[in-house]
Amino acid sequence: MMEILEGSHAVAEAVKRCRPEVIAAYPITPQTHIVEALASMVADCELDADYICVESEFSALSACLGASAAGSRVYSATTSQGLALMFEVCFNVAGMRQPVVMTIANRAMGAPLNIWNDQQDSISLRDAGWMQFYAEDNQEANDLHYIAYKVAEDHDVLLPAMVCFDGFILTHTYEPVDIPTLEEVDAFLPPYKPVNILDAKNPMSLGMYATPDYYMEFRYEVEEAMKRARKVFADVGAEFGETFGRDYSGLVEGYRLEDAEIALVAMGSICGTVKDAIDEMREEGKKVGLLKIRSFRPFPSEEIKAALAGVSKVAVLDKNISLGQKGAVALEVKDALYGTGTEVLDYIVALGGRDIRKRDIRAVADLAEKGIGDQFYGLRTEVL
Amino acid sequence: MALRVGCAAPPGRAHDNKTGSWRVFKPVFKYEKCVKCGLCEVVCPEGCVYEREDGFYVADYDYCKGCGLCVEECPVDDIEMVQEEK
Ligand code: SF4
Ligand code: SF4
Repeated sequence: MMEILEGSHAVAEAVKRCRPEVIAAYPITPQTHIVEALASMVADCELDADYICVESEFSALSACLGASAAGSRVYSATTSQGLALMFEVCFNVAGMRQPVVMTIANRAMGAPLNIWNDQQDSISLRDAGWMQFYAEDNQEANDLHYIAYKVAEDHDVLLPAMVCFDGFILTHTYEPVDIPTLEEVDAFLPPYKPVNILDAKNPMSLGMYATPDYYMEFRYEVEEAMKRARKVFADVGAEFGETFGRDYSGLVEGYRLEDAEIALVAMGSICGTVKDAIDEMREEGKKVGLLKIRSFRPFPSEEIKAALAGVSKVAVLDKNISLGQKGAVALEVKDALYGTGTEVLDYIVALGGRDIRKRDIRAVADLAEKGIGDQFYGLRTEVL
Repeated sequence: MALRVGCAAPPGRAHDNKTGSWRVFKPVFKYEKCVKCGLCEVVCPEGCVYEREDGFYVADYDYCKGCGLCVEECPVDDIEMVQEEK
């Protein structure tokens, strides 16, 4: 049913339909509205789940890890410094192969303290063994939760997943969102079937210590699962398309890329603005297209290589920076295109909630055309 | 042994966990001055020193961590730490 919903509430509605049995979260701006809504649903008996109030994000994810190990479908949400506080547990969740799903309302990392949007928080956890899916709008943020659970719980994958959507820009914006019914979601997403369960009657240890003779093999297994997740995501996304009419079979999505000479590459809500800017540039005869990356982990290198085959220049819009190097997305795109001769230029944009408009996207495309890149775009030099 | 998903293991597996490849030094019992006091057996935190039929003691290298406690405590310095050869 089509409803006008705030992004956070669209996510809460999606989570409710995924039937998590345990929710543990600590409120932090701009994630708060999601867990607030879920707490109300549990209190009003709309959702049959245990809502655990915890004193910090570290405890929130620890509770989720324990509940998941006991065989429950679990959920949490966080952002920025809250995600940083979960850092240690994030690695454990992935290493213990628990399919926890967590929403990240993307927000800048402090210091300086900033509650607005960029993607530095989730990007900083890219190496933890979690899958990371980025939503462009509230519809996609809603849909990616059903897909995330199904991919994470697939026995060929068994890895945790982050559904990332831009703080405030999406979390606090009202948009029409098509929310499927509980029955439709039940048919798409069966109950979680764990592989290993903590059970007093059949005792077992999880997350053992592994000596040098075993540790590397466990990391290898996670990497292999991550590779398998690419196909599982594509299959589940296609199945979602057949069921609900919105296709998510692509780990990447092209927009007016067919005959493009310059391709912009981006993740998340910025893609909507980029599409509008591309429409304008196309009207003026500029051959520009967009490649939207939906899955940052697993990283779709092959898909990117195929999608950008005919392009001579690639301009990556990074809402993050790996300080001392470049934007993380640009580095990975560069790796995917290594040896093809395609020039990849990086632009660090919109950090800490700095506005980015159509004219900025057009300016970036102009800079890329001239071969000027690898820089912060939109710096206020007067305050430096 | 095939790895189980998520570092999962049934109970009792600690006994299967041999020291493996990471030990750098191991104790070698010389039987030159040994007075058969049995202190090495008592102090070994891994419980891997045992008495042979002839009354002398020996370490089970499958489980010895190479902590060197037996060497430190032997009253007649009859045990020596030597570097592992790999
Ligand atoms: S070195 Fe340590 S573990 Fe090895 S036999 Fe001696 S006391 Fe036991
Ligand atoms: S501690 Fe030394 S002297 Fe005593 S039994 Fe062991 S090796 Fe022999």
